[in-house]
Amino acid sequence: MSTLAQATPAAADDNPLRQVKARNGEKVIKALLATAAAVSVATTFGIVISLLVPSITFFSEISITEFLFTTTWTPLFANPQYGVLPLIAGTFVITIIAISVAIPLGLGSAVYLSEFASSKVRRTVKPVLEVLEGVPTVVYGFFALEFMTQLILRPIFPGIQVFNALSAGLVMGIMIIPTVASLAEDAMSAVPGGLRDGAYALGATKRQTALRVVIPAALSGIVAAFVLGISRAIGETMVVTVAAGLMPNLTLNPFEGMQTMTSYIAAAASGDVSTGSIEYQSIFAVGLLLFVITFAMNALSIRLVRKYRQTYQ
Amino acid sequence: MTATIATTPSPAPESTLEGHGQPLIDKTFRWILFAATAVGIVFLAVLIVYVTLKGLPRLTPALWQNMPSIRNPDTAGAQSAITGTIWVMAFTALTALPVGILSAVYLEEFGNAKSRFQRVVDINIQNLAAVPSVVFGILGLAIIARAFQLGQTVITAGLTLGLLVLPVVIISTRESLRAVPQNIRHGSLALGATQWQTTWKQTMPAAIPGMATGTILALSRAIGEAAPLLLLGAVSFISFNPTGPFSAYTTMPIQIFNWTKNPREEFQILAAALIVLLLVLLLAMNAVAILIRNRTQRRW
Amino acid sequence: MKQMRDSEAAKQSSSDMSTTGRMDVAASLGSHGREIPETISNVVFGLDNVQVFYGDFQAVRDVSMQIGRNEITAFIGPSGCGKSTLLRSFNRMNDLIPGARVAGSLTYHGYDVYAPNVDPIEVRRRIGMVFQKPNVFPKSIYENVAYGPKVNKMKVNMDDLVEECLTRAALWDEVKDDLKKSAYALSGGQQQRLVIARCIAVKPDVILMDEPCASLDPIATAKVEDLMQELANDYTIVIVTHNMQQAARVSDRTAFFTADVDSAGVRHGRLVEYGPTRSIFTAPNDPRTEDYISGRFG
Repeated sequence: MSTLAQATPAAADDNPLRQVKARNGEKVIKALLATAAAVSVATTFGIVISLLVPSITFFSEISITEFLFTTTWTPLFANPQYGVLPLIAGTFVITIIAISVAIPLGLGSAVYLSEFASSKVRRTVKPVLEVLEGVPTVVYGFFALEFMTQLILRPIFPGIQVFNALSAGLVMGIMIIPTVASLAEDAMSAVPGGLRDGAYALGATKRQTALRVVIPAALSGIVAAFVLGISRAIGETMVVTVAAGLMPNLTLNPFEGMQTMTSYIAAAASGDVSTGSIEYQSIFAVGLLLFVITFAMNALSIRLVRKYRQTYQ
Repeated sequence: MTATIATTPSPAPESTLEGHGQPLIDKTFRWILFAATAVGIVFLAVLIVYVTLKGLPRLTPALWQNMPSIRNPDTAGAQSAITGTIWVMAFTALTALPVGILSAVYLEEFGNAKSRFQRVVDINIQNLAAVPSVVFGILGLAIIARAFQLGQTVITAGLTLGLLVLPVVIISTRESLRAVPQNIRHGSLALGATQWQTTWKQTMPAAIPGMATGTILALSRAIGEAAPLLLLGAVSFISFNPTGPFSAYTTMPIQIFNWTKNPREEFQILAAALIVLLLVLLLAMNAVAILIRNRTQRRW
Repeated sequence: MKQMRDSEAAKQSSSDMSTTGRMDVAASLGSHGREIPETISNVVFGLDNVQVFYGDFQAVRDVSMQIGRNEITAFIGPSGCGKSTLLRSFNRMNDLIPGARVAGSLTYHGYDVYAPNVDPIEVRRRIGMVFQKPNVFPKSIYENVAYGPKVNKMKVNMDDLVEECLTRAALWDEVKDDLKKSAYALSGGQQQRLVIARCIAVKPDVILMDEPCASLDPIATAKVEDLMQELANDYTIVIVTHNMQQAARVSDRTAFFTADVDSAGVRHGRLVEYGPTRSIFTAPNDPRTEDYISGRFG
């Protein structure tokens, strides 16, 4: 280190490293890209505004208690009533039927694919489930009305109405199986193989391992899958619009037709409702209710997913 | 001579290697799970067979050559719905692709992962991905059709559906950008390229196959959407092809919906036939996506 | 795999060495036959008390040295002593790591590389880099070489420039028949020479090499080392290497780094000794240098 000469700068241009080009192009591009990213924020903002503004007007006329706690929903009658409970009941009944199908079958499929199936089976079945998820919902609606009601339910329950909750709920349930199954399977595959190996080494069967080791370990992810399935069922429109009828009906009887929050929005908005009228605003009030419910469930689901991801990563 | 080696084996321990578990329960359990998995598959098969058989009589060229008609179901077709779908899909792509791809590029290449803005955007994308489609219809109705005064037109539908599938485009594009190795970017920057030059000339071209499959995924989703369009006026009876972006329109899912609502059997058959056409289209799109994915498997 | 083989081989030979080991390395000295003066006459980089931080963590501390023009300078030392980190601060590649910062004075031909008005893009055009793993672009051979001049908007006859660079990188004869072939079709050694060709296409002043032969087999390594000797006539080269024989073979000056371990067990890199390669390997001043080159650790 003692042999270095005095530093004499080599002959070079004056300030060769200084910023010559302004490079404004980069700044403009970056701003443009950020604007594109902001569109998603603007969209959420737009959704909230489009729901809130008419709802505020609506709730200045109809009190929230009347909205949430009275039991008649007849916005188009001469003496309109705005108790939303029938719509909530409709959503509730159909959702319960749907998740009674989707949760066991979805979880069962997930457990089978994750713990029991050979990779060959998995490779064939998973794409099929993806196809199931990709079929347009209006097709499921058609199937519920034509096949499920006419060919399956009518023979079994002769008194069943043409439009009924059972048919819509059953078909919707199967439609939601891929949603539940893929998220539940994600959660289970995140469980480290070491846990399973430990159980097998102790002589546990696959069944015991799946039930006592894997599922408890993946529980938050599995619950997240259920919550997401419920959220999807609540927000689904086409199946119920086609197959469950458009009559608000405060009942728990699945053999009857009923209107849900989603099918009310679809029916009212596609009908002749004059802008600015109370009936028009009721669409947004119901929409707001729907949005709040699904938003809360999705937030819960995301939290649960984060929980299981953190545990294993 | 007496050997010290025992001639008889030592007595076996209490438990042998024979299983004494509950094989019946295990087997039953496995079969239950298999049945659960099979339900979905069987259902899909039944659906496809039913729809095909029911729609068979009307799976003729008339389906795409003729216009819908309420008075003459025998000659009705779905041409307006098919062309309407193509028009709306074009505008959906025009909305979702530039915004989605550029958003993804920002989030992956230019943004600061810890900044507040980025976290807000991330949360928004996650939320939007889970909003019910009918709520997007409300957004389209209140803001795009009414506030922006774009009316019940092709362009409104395109914008609304574009926003609906935006999260799909963003998420899949981000994944394809992430798959490009970091040392490609470093190699470019080390040569004196700017960040944008690196992104535009190296990173994005390398991510194109992923972006293409993401696009197809998004369009597959959009093509089957009916709920938002119900709120955007597509349900009215349309028997003409769209004449431009500001034209009225109908789409295949909406036409299926309209025919399904009509109790007459002839329209049920038409609905089934159009469903078959829609499913074939979706199948073709997904086949293309799989083809792209397989042919461009790059070994980094 | 090849990287493992190379460093395994280095470890093997260094652990075999004791005093005879030093003579082994010494035997490689000066095999390039270039004469350099005792002291640096033409300074390209001046470092005065340079420190490199990643956030709060000080990766490199107190480095003061100079890099001479048209010389090959080697940074040697055990893993984790900040050699690559220091190298990357020469061309501001550390800027890409969030939280990275450089303190002290780092000058290039007398000008502060980290001055506020300095354009890092221009820095990187003038100070090129070859990485450990050949990172050719997923494009054709021609496009790989032409990329740098294009993004820097150099007005040149591209065909001529590509041929010239590939020739200087000793790759032209092997690829001239099909420049449109994908760069991925080349072998590891060819890819690294392509990276070098790509590097010199933007007419830099300095070429930094971060363990350039780590993933190459011995024959490809030899070719790259020969190339370095050629290139040193026109460029200043700084190379980080784990392979002491390589440093002895190719470099004119060698800097030996080591890592101080503080009370918390955290390693901080520092410069121990720096001088003409011959002196470092035959008569080092610092006992740590002596220990390293005779294989007692490393």
